[in-house]
This record gives sequence, structure tokens and C-alpha cells, in this order.
Amino acid sequence: MHQLASRPVQGELGHNLITMSSIPLQSRLPKTYRIKAIKQETEMVRTYTFDGSLGARPGQFVMLWLPGIDEKPFSVAFDNGAETKITFFAVGPMSEELSQCCVGDLVGLRGPFGTCYEWKHGQHIALVAGGYGAAPMYFVAAETVHHGCTLEVFVGARSKEHLLYLEELESLPHVSLHVATNDGSMGFKGFNVQHLGKMLEAVQGKKRLKGNKGGDLDPIDQVFACGPEMMLKAVSELTAKYKIPSQLSLERYMKCGYGLCGNCVVDPLGIRLCCEGPVVKNDACMKIEEFGKYHRDALGKKHAF
Amino acid sequence: MNLSQTLLGVTFANPTILASGIMGITASSWRLVAENGAGGITTKSLWLKEHKGHNNPTIISTEHWTLNAVGVPDAGPEKAREEIGDFMKKKPVPLIANIIAESVENFAATAEAILPLKPDFFEVNISCPNVEDEFGKPFACSAPAAAAVTKAVKKVSGKTPVLIKLSPNVDSIAAIADACASAGADGFTVINTVGPGMAIDLRSRMPILANKVGGLSGPGIKPIAVKCVADVFGVTKGALPIIGTGGIYTGEDAIEIMLAGASLVGIGTAVGDRGVDVFAKICDEMQLWCTNEGVDEISSLVGGMHRELSQRNAPTRKPSRSGRTRS
Repeated sequence: MHQLASRPVQGELGHNLITMSSIPLQSRLPKTYRIKAIKQETEMVRTYTFDGSLGARPGQFVMLWLPGIDEKPFSVAFDNGAETKITFFAVGPMSEELSQCCVGDLVGLRGPFGTCYEWKHGQHIALVAGGYGAAPMYFVAAETVHHGCTLEVFVGARSKEHLLYLEELESLPHVSLHVATNDGSMGFKGFNVQHLGKMLEAVQGKKRLKGNKGGDLDPIDQVFACGPEMMLKAVSELTAKYKIPSQLSLERYMKCGYGLCGNCVVDPLGIRLCCEGPVVKNDACMKIEEFGKYHRDALGKKHAF
Repeated sequence: MNLSQTLLGVTFANPTILASGIMGITASSWRLVAENGAGGITTKSLWLKEHKGHNNPTIISTEHWTLNAVGVPDAGPEKAREEIGDFMKKKPVPLIANIIAESVENFAATAEAILPLKPDFFEVNISCPNVEDEFGKPFACSAPAAAAVTKAVKKVSGKTPVLIKLSPNVDSIAAIADACASAGADGFTVINTVGPGMAIDLRSRMPILANKVGGLSGPGIKPIAVKCVADVFGVTKGALPIIGTGGIYTGEDAIEIMLAGASLVGIGTAVGDRGVDVFAKICDEMQLWCTNEGVDEISSLVGGMHRELSQRNAPTRKPSRSGRTRS
């Protein structure tokens, strides 16, 4: 048997196990946890903390079950081997129901599922976070700075009050924060991808002038992005233009979470975003014809973005 | 060794078939499965009209079992036309169209709607345990109902062979198979999921599946599948081909169910545990086993257990195929 025993690992045990990264530790049966803490991030966004770890890596997701209601995929906002955090927007029937939960309520978790962001020690990485994509990006940032990476973090939202995880990101060393809001209420006025574009242009300009030197404008080794699909599409095109490798977190309707049901398969590659994703390298993203165009519902029917 | 199998006029490059309901929604998905070594693919169950499934959780598992109650969602024949049409343009492997309906007439109507897409076989799902209150139970669990569906589909299916997918959750699968055979079935897929079963979360005291109960699959059901295949092969005297499916994870599992009487082998739950390349892995394992055991023709395995038994029971005892066990 290739699959290991189904067991959400907890606390100290979990901490030991997350170092065994080559072994897919994965629970495929939900186990219920009590909500330990609730943080109201913005009007529509909450973070729940659960006492326990699934051994998730940044970029991976869990299936979150509200008993008697529904189960949906959620990005892991944080997992330090002892605690797991989920940050979510109350946008649909399930997440609205979830937003009604109180401390002590039971929520089922299974996973972790899918691919994670990958980096090398000491890299200079740009993170692009749109909306609640800021949560998993904070998880990436917290892990990468431990590996000697320096980060340019582009956080974007409609307006100032919708920005997430600014304080947490600012508290990390080796992080330069670049804020963009559509209405200009904070930072750069416009989309965070435009903001990233300006930096890449400046980096390239400097390269032309002075070669690969200079503090803030060191070449970017990689770009990681998480947010709405049209933002990801823009990051894909921009990073392809500048020939910078990027890793993007895609989202599709999911049922099983581990490659059986086929609901999250993308055209025409046939890859499953719960197994070969959700974090997909841009080389592959550019071959996904439906990327930025359409997605499928629970029946397999196409819907345009 | 050549793993290819020809049955009912269709040649499969190897006996591994993607079982219905697994990675079966789109042409892209079927192509990926074919690239990963499957000898044929089966679509997810197709309805005459759009059909909603159940809420999540729909699929849960441990290393021992998988429970699913997806509820057979489907967008209807328009999507089937688009996806099957796309796959058929450069058909890499044969396609089996799995059809489902809530009435005898609609089984026939669904077959008629899918027939112009030229599937290699029809697989008629009369046995889904997830819709049993409304439909599944009457057809797969009653010989006259199963025969009526078979007859109705055969009437409209033209030259396309019709396989009936049987349920293990019956008193006598042989009696159901016999009734379908008399009604004109060309073959069988044996078995659909077992149960249904249930899993309960301890703290919330709630059933985990939204549908409360679901069909059981995975390694633990293999002995039931092997027994059911043997029963169906026995009652039809091996005259009708069988796709044996249920808990098949390895090459040796595949060979075992072929010895019980299967010509082809359905792979489903194993995709989640051994990866989408489980088809190629199983083929490699079958090759290795056959080479080590001196088996030259994969087709010589089909029903091998029945021949061995009858040889041993014959009045004049002839040497058995394997020989060694009785020397």
C-alpha cells in the first residue's frame, strides 16, 4: 500500500512528522477539531485556529467539513506543527455558515492535499497576494524567511479595509511590503500585478545599466501568487514576459481532494488540481487552455470567468 | 508478452480499464488515463437529463476502504456529446459509455441519445447504491427488473455490445446475471460498490457522508468481487465476457480476478492510492508474473480457476494445469 494510515497528526507528533516531506502524510477521513480561537480580520474575513496539525506545507489545502452542511477546500493559512489556521471570506452558503461558528464549535478537517510552493535557500522571491490569498502567502513568507530568503510581498485589495495580514507580514524579517489598492486608499493605486510589473521593469532596467548588482533591485528568482484567477493570469503573462519562473495557486471545484473523482481536472492537460495542483508552475499553467477562461461546476458543466 | 484482449469485436491493448466514476468527467481526463497505460476507459454514468449529485463530503477513505456517495451528478447528453466527441477525434483507447436512468424507458432513451457518439460498449448501471431509494435497488436487485432494462437497451443499441453492471448486494448475483443473459446481455461488469456503508464522526456524532451512506470500495472488497465474478462466469458457462472490478490494486489482483472469469479488469479506487499511472504499474506487474510463471497468453488466464476445478473433479484425473500442486 502506498497510502499511509489515515491519521491527522497532532501537536508534537505532527511537528516531528512534517520533516518527512517525501512521505505523503494525508488523512482522507475528516476528523473534527474544536475552534480554539477566532480572529475577525475584516468585515467579511475570519481566521479560525484549530488545536492540531495535519503537517500542511505552504500552498496545500484541506477539506473543511461542517457536519450536516457541506465540505469545501480551503487553503491552509498556517500550520506550525501544533496549530492549524484557516482564513476565509464569507462569500457562499458554506462559508457564510462557517462564519457563524463560535469558539469550541466542531469543524472537520482532512488532508493536507496537493502541491506546495517550492523554493531554494537564499532566493529573492516576489509574493503576489490578492484578497484572501494573503493568508497562504503569509504562511509561505514565514517559512521562506527561515531558509534565508528575501521577499518582496505585493499585497492587493479593493481598498484599505480589505487588506489582510499586513501586520503579520511586516513583523517578519527580510520582507519588503508593497501595498496596492484599487481605489488608492493605501499604497499604490491600481492592481498589485501592475505594481509587480513596475518593479520587474525597474529590475530589468537596472540590469541593463549596471548588471546584476544593487540592493533592493536584485533580480527576482521566482514569483509566487495566490488570489483570483484573473490576477493569476496576469502574473502568468507578466512573469513569462520577463522569463521569471512563477508558481501559481489555482482553484477548481473539488470533491475527494486526492485524485479520484476527476472534478478538478483541467483542459487539455488532464491534470488534477488536487494532486498536480493547486500550486502549478507557470510552464504548466501556460498549457492549461481553460486558465483564465472557464471552470467547471459539480456537474462538470463549464462556466466562464 | 502480449497483454491485449479482444472481446465482442473490440481489441484492448491490455486488460486494465478505468472504472466508471473515477476521473471520468472530461475528455482531457480520459486521455490522461490512457496516457498512463489504461487499455480502455469508462465514462462516469450518463443521464438523459442533467442530474444533481449530493453535497460534500462525497468521498472519504482510509487505507482499508473508500466510501462514496457522489450521487451520480451529470450535466446531461449535451456535455456527453462534447466530451465523448472530443475524445473520439483521436481515440487512444476504446471508450465504454456508462448509462444510468430512473426508469426502464429512460435507460433505452439514454442509450439512444449516446449511440450516435459510437461508444465501443454500453455499460448499463443498474446497480448504483447511492440512488437506491429512488432507482438502483429495483433494477439490480430483482431479476425481472434487470432483465427488463437489458431488453429495453438491447432493443435500441444496434451493434454496440451491452454490458450490464451488477450489484454484489443481492442474494444471488448468478440469478440476476442469468436473467440478464436470457434478455440478451452481451456481457457484464462485476461488481458495483458494496454495502452501502456508513462512517460516523465521534465528536459531532454525525454521519460523515452528506448522504449518510455510501458505496464501499477499495482493497477489502476484492474477495467479494472475485466471488461474484466466479458466480457470473459459472452461471453463463463463460460464454459472456466480464469486466471484473472491485479492490483491484496490483497485477496479482488482476490475475486473480481473471482466473475467476474476468476478461478485462476495472481499476477505480486504486487510482487514489497508487497514482494515475496505476494502469501501467498493474500491466508491468502482470507481465512480470506471467513471465515468471511461464504464461504466454493472457487470455489463457480467463476462467482458469473453473477449468482447474473441473479437471480435478473429472472422473479420470488428468494432470492439472499447474501440475506442481498435485505431484
